Order: sequence, then structure tokens, then C-alpha cells
Amino acid sequence: MKAKLSKVVVVGASSGMGEAMARQLAAAGADVAIVARRGSELERLAAERPGKLRPYVHDVTNVDEVPELFERIERELGGIDGLIYAAGVMPKIEESEYAFEKDRAMVSVNLLGAMAWMNQAAARFEAARAGTILGISSIAGERGRRGNPAYCTTKAALTTYLESLRNRCARYGVNVVTIKPGFVDTAMTRGMKGLFWLISAEKAAKRSLALARKGKSAAAFVPSRWALVAFIVRSLPSFIFRKLNF
Amino acid sequence: MSDLAQPPYRIHAPLKVIDGFGRSVRAACRYLEPRGVQDVALALKQAQSEGLTVAFRGAGRSYGDASINRGGVVIDATKLNRLLDWNPSTGVLEAEAGLTIEGLWRRTIEDGYWPTVVPGTMRPTLGGCVAMNIHGKNNFRVGPFGDHVLELDLVTPGGELLTLSRAQNSELFHAVIGGLGMLGAVTRVKLKLKKVESGNLRVESISGRNLDEMFDAFEQRLSHADYLVGWVDCFARGRGIGRGQVHSAHYLHQGEDPNVETSFHVERQGLPGSIMGVPKSELWRAMRLFSPQPLWRLVNKLKYHSSWREHGKSYLQSHVAFAFLLDYVPNWRLAYGPEGFIQYQVFVPHATARQTLKDVLSLCHQAKMPSYLGVLKRHRPDPFLLTHALDGWSLAMDFPVTAKNRNKLWALTERMTDRVLDAGGKFYFAKDSVLRPGDVERAYGRERLDRFMAFKQQLDPTGMLTSDLWERALAPLAPRPQGFAALSAGRAAE
Repeated sequence: MKAKLSKVVVVGASSGMGEAMARQLAAAGADVAIVARRGSELERLAAERPGKLRPYVHDVTNVDEVPELFERIERELGGIDGLIYAAGVMPKIEESEYAFEKDRAMVSVNLLGAMAWMNQAAARFEAARAGTILGISSIAGERGRRGNPAYCTTKAALTTYLESLRNRCARYGVNVVTIKPGFVDTAMTRGMKGLFWLISAEKAAKRSLALARKGKSAAAFVPSRWALVAFIVRSLPSFIFRKLNF
Repeated sequence: MSDLAQPPYRIHAPLKVIDGFGRSVRAACRYLEPRGVQDVALALKQAQSEGLTVAFRGAGRSYGDASINRGGVVIDATKLNRLLDWNPSTGVLEAEAGLTIEGLWRRTIEDGYWPTVVPGTMRPTLGGCVAMNIHGKNNFRVGPFGDHVLELDLVTPGGELLTLSRAQNSELFHAVIGGLGMLGAVTRVKLKLKKVESGNLRVESISGRNLDEMFDAFEQRLSHADYLVGWVDCFARGRGIGRGQVHSAHYLHQGEDPNVETSFHVERQGLPGSIMGVPKSELWRAMRLFSPQPLWRLVNKLKYHSSWREHGKSYLQSHVAFAFLLDYVPNWRLAYGPEGFIQYQVFVPHATARQTLKDVLSLCHQAKMPSYLGVLKRHRPDPFLLTHALDGWSLAMDFPVTAKNRNKLWALTERMTDRVLDAGGKFYFAKDSVLRPGDVERAYGRERLDRFMAFKQQLDPTGMLTSDLWERALAPLAPRPQGFAALSAGRAAE
């Protein structure tokens, strides 16, 4: 059954794929609650479609705010049938740098925030026997790369969390979608070297939403050719993988 | 240490999807499981301070939305299950509200005592039995559960502990019993049990070719039977409408049971381990195969015809085996498929009962939605404020719910409700998923509802205690609904 995405919460909507998805959902007629830390960015986006894009300022590391904010959005939108979690940070970790505060920030934003929001959505969607939960994970979660241990960890954890959620809720009609993008042209990747197959946030968003709308709980690489890369990367034995500068 | 979630509950209480026993209604609720009476009072106080609504839940055996509270807190009382006192010389038992009927009879049967009133399953808690004022197959003779409660403790939303009985706070006692948990938390129940001379009953089976013969079988035995219950094949129509089988049971007198000593043993009170060779824990899967209507029609037909083999015969049966038919097949509620089922029980006055129930069965046929299971019982009035009982008869019916038939089914229940209300009938909230406020007002009468609402206003002025049932069917009848609406988290507009 096709998934309805008519009243959607997009967390991490002030930039990147979150912003692109919010814009595309609103263009398709949905009421979208855009949630992000930076109020000015939200106002800018909300001004594009007043009434359809509704700003809610929230820092995802303040997980205690989530239950009340979720209820408030639910009331103001007249229900929620979709949650998109697109918040994510990837601070640069220098060679030979070991920075717990950066690691903690990634766990808070990329993982704990996702759990806080998805718990609220999953309970309601299970009860309603409907609803879509979409999480933006990453191909980075496929293997533990040397460049950014905590980022890979949070994305691996998010991928597994979403898989569990899918196995838990799909039987109740909840559509749980994991998106694992490759390189997307966003603020997060700007200035990084060695990028290839780079696609725009708009394109990645469009493909993600198309998959979500199918209503078939699934995990997918965006674009799909990254599945091949993931397969190869996962297949490499550890003693080879550690010699790569990947 | 307390197992309660850390306050504030709005943030820290876990969410849980809770359903009614019929599985056709459910909601995500904040879930608390207190381990002691103190915790209940604490939880109420905390919820009050956060402006959260609260519903109480026992074993979750109400078929509809009586123990669900969308967006609010649900206090699960099943861990408050201590047996506080049992006196085999007087037959008086005291327990916390979370003790189940099963926990109760297992403790008392070997002393020769049986709960005077039990529902069709042993799983419900005493608190649930009080809140719904449940009835058994002997309602016509001994009244409802509440008639055998001597005393109870109530923790009010304001945190006050009140002891209620026929002598102390009598009016409130009669409002709390059957009061749907809307006036406070029942934390202790003192109950008078029935002394029995054997662990068995003498059971007689009588088949009836139609509803009139079923009624006749009841009426011939009303003056002397201790229990009477009828199974109705709701698929039968025309001259056979309302056909089925009546079971009549009597307590045994001294000397009637040759194995009286062993009959009291708990292990002699068991239920069969397998039914027709299928382990009973898996039987619901087999039953699920019967979900198409023609197969249920066939099962009802076979049951009816095979009942004639027992017609007029009598046999000894343990209290448990006779009373708890619903526990024969564990998880039978899953047999109806993913959308579950509703149970709908109508109570009609004696004078016009035969015709009214025939009309109700006919309405099902006209809608091409006969009930898969029908149960007939005889009732008598009782002194409780929100009682569902009357001098008359009840027919309980199970209807499977599917995504396709849901609207049609609700429309059918509206037609049946109108027919029953025209006859002066009533309904039972533990079984309800469909009533509208107007139906409740007609069934219970303004005067009774006003008296109940006055207690509600007095004990729970902010309207903290609620449930999806209350919000659907009763809250709109309160004189000041804005008070409730303002507190119903997630329901009110800001």
C-alpha cells in the first residue's frame, strides 16, 4: 500500500537533505513541521510556503523536549503520518586526533536524537497501524573507517536501529525506511576531497521520498549504485581494509 | 525502591501501545506499573501536577477502550496483587486490587470457598471486577460482583484514602462499584466468598430449537438453578432463530459428590490441556483458519447439532471448568485476525425480551453480519449507580472486525442500539466499543448520570481520571465538559 505523507515532521530541516525533503513534501501539498536548531534558517525556509512549512526551533540534543514538542506538532498539524529524521553532524576529526566531545556530539545528534523522535512516532504509528518513519543513515555505517570512528559508529547504529524498528513495526503497517546516501553535495561534504558520484541534495531527497511513498519498508542506497560499493567494502577482509586510506 | 518512572512522566514515562481485549481499539499511552499503594498515590499526585490524565488498568480484559488513555498515563495495577487476609472460618478475604480471580480461587478452594461471582475468565483483577461491576452466569440469583464486596479502599485524585462500605460512605460505595475507575483508585477490596460443599457442580445440558425454547429452559429452572447460561447459534434464522444450548448448574449438597475430598484440590480444578488433540496454547492458530464466515457458520451448526447428544443429561464438572470457558483456549482473542473483534452485549427488560432479542438477531442477518458467538443470560436489578443490570435478559455477541466491514459493523450496532433503547434496554461498558453519549444518556437516564457526575466533580474536579471509553461515551454528558477537555493532553487545542 502506498504511504501517505500528508502531515510530516522533518527533523534537521534547515539544510541538506532535510531541507530538500521538507520543500518537496510541501510542494506536493503536505503540511510539514520543520524542526531545527537554527531559527533564522527555519524562518527563511518557512517563508517559501507560509502555512505549509511550519517552523519549530529545537536542538535535537535536548531530548527531554521531544515528547512535548511531538504532541504540540501533532495538535497543530491535526495528526502526524510521517517522521523524517535528517539531523546529523560530522565534525572533522584530524589525523591522530581523539576528541571525545566531538564523538559525544555525533552520538547525541545522529543517534540519540533519532531514538527520541522515533520512539514517539513508532508508538503512535503502531497504534494507528499506519505511518512512515524515514531515517537518513549513511554508507559510512557499513564499515568502521579510520577517518571518523564515531561517525561510522553512529550511522551503523542508526542503520541497525532502523532495521530493528522495521522488524518490530512493519507487521503493524508502519513503513520504516532507511536511506543510506553516498556523497551528497551538502554543507557536510563541502570542501572534502576525493568525492565521487556526488549528487545534489534535491536529487537525493527526491529518490528518498519516492522510496518512502512506495510504502514498502526498506533500506536503500542513494543513488543505488552505492550498493555495489557497499557490497565490496563489506566483503574486504579486515587486514586489507585497514591498509586503505578510504 | 520504587519502579515508577522518574518524574516528569511527560518526559520519562515509557510509551506503550495498549489495546482493548478485543484488539479493535488501541492507543499509545504513558505506562506506569506501581508496586505499592503508596506509589499509586504518588503517581496520581505527579500526574495531577503535570496536567496529565490518568486511566487505571487491571488485566486488560475489558473488550473495548475502558482501560486505554490515548496520550495520557495508564496505571497498570497488576503488580498490586498481595492477598492481605483470608479467614476460612468466615469466608472473608481482603486483597489488593491487582489480585486476579485466579489468584483468589487458587488460595481459597481447598478451604471450601469459591468467589460468589466470577466472569467467564479467571484473569481479571479484583479492581477491574469492581470498576466494571462484572457479573457471572448466576447474576439472576446472586447479583453482580459488587453485591459481595464488603468494603473497599479508594485513593482519590486528591490523594485522600477513603474506606467505603454499605455502612460508611454508602452512596459513594455504590457509585465506585461500577464506576469505571473514574472516581479514584481502588486499592483494597474486602470480599465475602461462597462456602461450597464440593469442588464440583452438577451441570445439566438442555438444547433449544429456537429462542423461545431457550427462554423456556431458563424459566423452568430460574427458581432452583444456581447458574444458567445459554449459548446461541446466531447464524440460525427463520423458525430456528436463537437456537442453542442452555447449561444449568447447581451447587452440590453434602453427600452428593462421591469424591468430595479430592474435588477441592487445586489440580482437580484444571482446564483441559489439549482440545481435540491440539495443544491448547496453539489452538488459536487453528481457529484463525476459520475466519471466513461460512466456516464459523458450520462450526456453530455442528456445535448446535452435537449439543443434542447431551440434551437432558447431567454430569459433574469442576467450578473452574464450568466457570471459565473463555480460558479453555489461551490467546483466543488472536483467532479473529489482525483487526480483532468487538463484543457487544445488550440488556433488555424481561417483558419484551423475547421479541427484542429476536429483532436484534434479525438485524444482524439483514446486515449479513451474524455474530460468531452468542451468549444468553438472565439478570436482576442491583443498587449500584451505573449498573448495567436490570430485570431481564442479556445477549452478548462477538463480531469480527476487518478493515472492510468496520463501518458497516458500526452502523449495524447503531441500529441494534436503537432497537434495544426503544425497548428500555441497557449496555455493559466492559464490553463496549460503540456507544455514543446520546445512547448512554437514554440507557442510564439523566438522573443517575447527574448523580454520578456530581461525585466525579467532587472527587476529581480537574477531570484527571479518564479513559478512551469515558471520553467517547460519557465525558460529553458531564455538566462542565470544558474542565475535562482542558486537561485531556493531546486532545485539547492549545
